[in-house]
Amino acid sequence: MYVAVKGGEAAIANAHRLLADRRRGDRSVPALTLAQIAGQIALAVDRVMAEGSLYDPELAAMAVRQSRGDLIEAIFLLRAYRTTLPRFAASRPVDTAKMLIERRVSATYKDIPGGQLLGPTFDYTHRLIEPEMADNGIVAEPERREPPETTAAPRVTDILGDEAMIEADGIDDGEEPADLTRSPLAFPASRDLRLQALARGDEGFLLGLGYSTQRGYGRTHPFVGEVRIGEVEVEVDLPEFGFPVTIGRVRVTECQMVSQFTGSKSEPPKFTRGYGLVFGQLERKAMAMSLVDRALRADEFDEERRAPAQDEEFVLAHCDNVQATGFVEHLKLPHYVDFQAELELLRMMRAERPAEADSGDDRASEKEAAE
Amino acid sequence: MSEPASPEPDTRVVQRQRAVSAFAQADGQFLADAWRRLGGDRAVTTLRGPEVGLVMVRGRAGGGGAPFNLGEASATRASVRLAEETVGHAMVLGRDRERARLAAAFDALWQVESERVAVETEVVAVVEAALAAEDHKRRSETEATKVDFFTMMRGED
Repeated sequence: MYVAVKGGEAAIANAHRLLADRRRGDRSVPALTLAQIAGQIALAVDRVMAEGSLYDPELAAMAVRQSRGDLIEAIFLLRAYRTTLPRFAASRPVDTAKMLIERRVSATYKDIPGGQLLGPTFDYTHRLIEPEMADNGIVAEPERREPPETTAAPRVTDILGDEAMIEADGIDDGEEPADLTRSPLAFPASRDLRLQALARGDEGFLLGLGYSTQRGYGRTHPFVGEVRIGEVEVEVDLPEFGFPVTIGRVRVTECQMVSQFTGSKSEPPKFTRGYGLVFGQLERKAMAMSLVDRALRADEFDEERRAPAQDEEFVLAHCDNVQATGFVEHLKLPHYVDFQAELELLRMMRAERPAEADSGDDRASEKEAAE
Repeated sequence: MSEPASPEPDTRVVQRQRAVSAFAQADGQFLADAWRRLGGDRAVTTLRGPEVGLVMVRGRAGGGGAPFNLGEASATRASVRLAEETVGHAMVLGRDRERARLAAAFDALWQVESERVAVETEVVAVVEAALAAEDHKRRSETEATKVDFFTMMRGED
């Protein structure tokens, strides 16, 4: 017999009202503005845009506020919002070589053209809580220095590439790139599909996987060839114009991870690369993405696939935190009927067992009490 | 850009391309003020939108290889027609409908021969200068964080 139950309408309404109250908190404390969130919790907003796979700082700030700072919840909100909108076009691939650079460092070359630009980094801070920051003191304007005339800052991998010591970027065969928002994941996945999945993948999951490759689960021995953060122009070819137009800029983080490669019969030894590109200022995510991208390219270099980070089905099927949280969190929703069925089954199994196998039935009275 | 530039680029196309890119990146309030000055009381008929949608932003594997889909960005597009019968279009990042409508109106106004010089000098040039100034400020701030390496001699010779 199947018994449908209804109820909880008032409880749900009151729970959501309570949520709104707790979200607002103490009414004597001013409410956060979107500009405050986008401006002062900017890296959380960036993470929501990257994993929500939708670049819109104001919308991401709204999502962060609505979710009380639960970033996966905020990412979920952004993903849901994007499904309500039509897609106008795809941009031309952004040109990271023409980035307006805000940070750019290389761990492989000290003297790169354009120099090592630290930018607004947490690196070299002491990681000590600064109590004076709680007092809202005056913050000094940043130092300035006249930049060089030329804005050119070639990607480090292009410098190494000139000596043929590093694999090239690969060719653009003019194929439309795969799009996992339009067609489901299929394996084996092409690199374009993998990069899309990784770019919107969970930072924590990819960080753990990237770390695992460093610890020996799919050894890569990487160097950061370059990390760069800054704005790139978004150019779109629009039929109404008949020429490409710049519709604005987005901030991105790019990481070129350089790994060893011993070479093969057909190829001399050279460095190989993993690539990371994400929306926003998300250096850790871009680095983790590049490590995992490289690990997933195992077949290209005849490497044995033994570690989790090299297993594309494992990585791609589990890196999406909205999917993951949906399946994990659904467990808390009512499963009364499912559970009842299992309970009945268990009782039947027990009833079929010979009586002497049971060590005692002092639990029986508890069970009856629970029911 | 993947397409080779034609030997004799149509200067008007190049100019309009520059202008449209400037309108798209202009501040909304600036466009509104400029339209009051330059657009006068022209009738602006909306042909499409302004409507909010998405643009799939692409990157390239390794920075220069095959394209892949990085993620979407919100965008707003609009098309308008002026009393002079010129039709203007716009697509701008973000969800500001009025900004998109004004950008389309300026594209239409730019196409009116008698208005072009005014739009070029009072809007396109001003927007480009503002972007350049902001970029220069940011580049200067970044430049101040450049590492100046120096070598320390240790020991005797």
